[in-house]
Amino acid sequence: MNAIRVDLQLIADMVEPATRALDVGCGDGSLLAYLVNSKRVDARGMELSQAGVNACVANGLSVIQGDADADLRDYPDDAFDYVILSQTLQATREPREVLRQMLRVGKRAIVSFPNFAHWHVRLRLVFGGRMPETPSLPYKWYDTPNIHLCSIDDFRGLCRDMGLAIERAIVLDRNSTPINLPPLLANLLGEQAVFMLRRG
Amino acid sequence: MEATTDTVLDGLADAERKALARCRHAVLGARRPLRLDCGVDLGPYRVAYQTYGSLNADRSNAVLICHALTLDQFVAEQHPVTGKEGWWDSLVGPGKVLDPARYFIICINVLGGCMGTTGPLALDPATGRPWNLRFPVVTVADMVRAQAELLDHLGIPDLFCVIGGSMGGMQVLEWAASYPRRVFTAVPIACAARHSAQNIAFHEVGRQAIMADPEWKSGDYRQHGTVPARGLSVARMTAHITYLSEQALQRKFGRALQDRDALGFGFDADFQVESYLRHQGSTFVERFDANSYLYITRAMDYFDLASAHGGVLANAFKGSPTRFCLFSFTSDWLFPTRESREIVHALNAVAANVSFVEIDSDKGHDAFLLDEPEMFRTLAGFLKGAATVRGLKDTP
Repeated sequence: MNAIRVDLQLIADMVEPATRALDVGCGDGSLLAYLVNSKRVDARGMELSQAGVNACVANGLSVIQGDADADLRDYPDDAFDYVILSQTLQATREPREVLRQMLRVGKRAIVSFPNFAHWHVRLRLVFGGRMPETPSLPYKWYDTPNIHLCSIDDFRGLCRDMGLAIERAIVLDRNSTPINLPPLLANLLGEQAVFMLRRG
Repeated sequence: MEATTDTVLDGLADAERKALARCRHAVLGARRPLRLDCGVDLGPYRVAYQTYGSLNADRSNAVLICHALTLDQFVAEQHPVTGKEGWWDSLVGPGKVLDPARYFIICINVLGGCMGTTGPLALDPATGRPWNLRFPVVTVADMVRAQAELLDHLGIPDLFCVIGGSMGGMQVLEWAASYPRRVFTAVPIACAARHSAQNIAFHEVGRQAIMADPEWKSGDYRQHGTVPARGLSVARMTAHITYLSEQALQRKFGRALQDRDALGFGFDADFQVESYLRHQGSTFVERFDANSYLYITRAMDYFDLASAHGGVLANAFKGSPTRFCLFSFTSDWLFPTRESREIVHALNAVAANVSFVEIDSDKGHDAFLLDEPEMFRTLAGFLKGAATVRGLKDTP
């Protein structure tokens, strides 16, 4: 089996074998393929770009064109064991509603996102005086798809407000290695985070 | 059964005779007639079909191709009437996406058709006279019921894949809705879950052209020795425009003149596009029956899968175990992408297993019949994935 990106592997490890999963924003389908082939998951995908969709279908994956904001509401309650949103939450128009929909459609939601409070980002803004461009946020301010950036603490706050239970939270450093730090430090040193949530 | 076969073969039109000589047929419904949506019991009736490849030992590799309005069972071979190559040669054949070495491929002339299956050309067993316009109006669901009866007759329990474009796609949807346990994968291409007002309107223009032709004789033209050629030809010309995109017409013809250097200041075919349409119309008359055209267009008009399921399309697919893969084409304005998307929404609403591919093409609705590498590539991948799940071996 081909290796997948470290953050995707972390997500895949959270998914129990032989379950049902929906990967929202599945890109080239590498996580989907891994879930289908290595964990016998009934995995479906949704992807914004038609080119991405076509590539996934050509690889035998079940994928439709769609986006998290508009298309999650089509699905019935509890249709999936997991709804996965990898590195996409910050690009949605209504992250709160997307999260709500994910946990309506899925029994659990797995969300990964870049941490906007990473020291690298803070330094760029505080001392550079410019909108930060980092490896996980490689865009100019005027062409970034990331319209709702948040920090790890912000995300925890939203989960609290929404009454969602955090089952797992993994913080990754710049090399995508999980780090185990108290929340304050994690919010400074973590470049991205992966959360598994369920309804509270 | 044999005796009924003979009577059901009486009164064949030339094209039917040529078609039946080159394909298989079965006579069904002699003991238990087909209950049509209009309430009429039809039987016995003849079903003409063609097959490619062979059924494997565990009968798991059958693929049903559903044909569009004016196509037929001659998918991948020279046509017995027109002499033209098979209409889906690009997809079906050795080394192609649907390879007879791997699949048992079946295509059935639809009920109401004119290539060997019972339709208005056939004789009414009650009177011994041709049905013509007394043939009951059939629906897409009726066509699919007749196909299911044939599969029972052939001992095929279920289908690895049901695939078709346009009206063929409607049949695919009907198959998935009516016989979910018999359909492992469904591939509806360039179609809709219901015929739109605009599409019904175009069909009505075609039908009116046929019925306005004095040679049509209220549908009894064969008995009068006439052919409503002008009417059927105009119907085809109108329909043909809807199969092409504006860009494709412009690219192919522009304002180019036909066999002349200057405008003729008359009503000959000055423009190449006129000449092309006239040719499409006149060749169509040689291979298609006018009454059959009325019936099959009507079947498409009546198609509305949601209305048959309490007005909610998703209900048609509730609990469906079928794996769906839908295709649409960017320049298809007869069955635009949004119609396929509606089907996808309905399938999502029941969390069905669905893929949806929109192909970038400027060839309009006709694209589904043409060489579209992106469609072939994605379809091949979809089928391969499904074959793995089904445990289909590479060779039967």
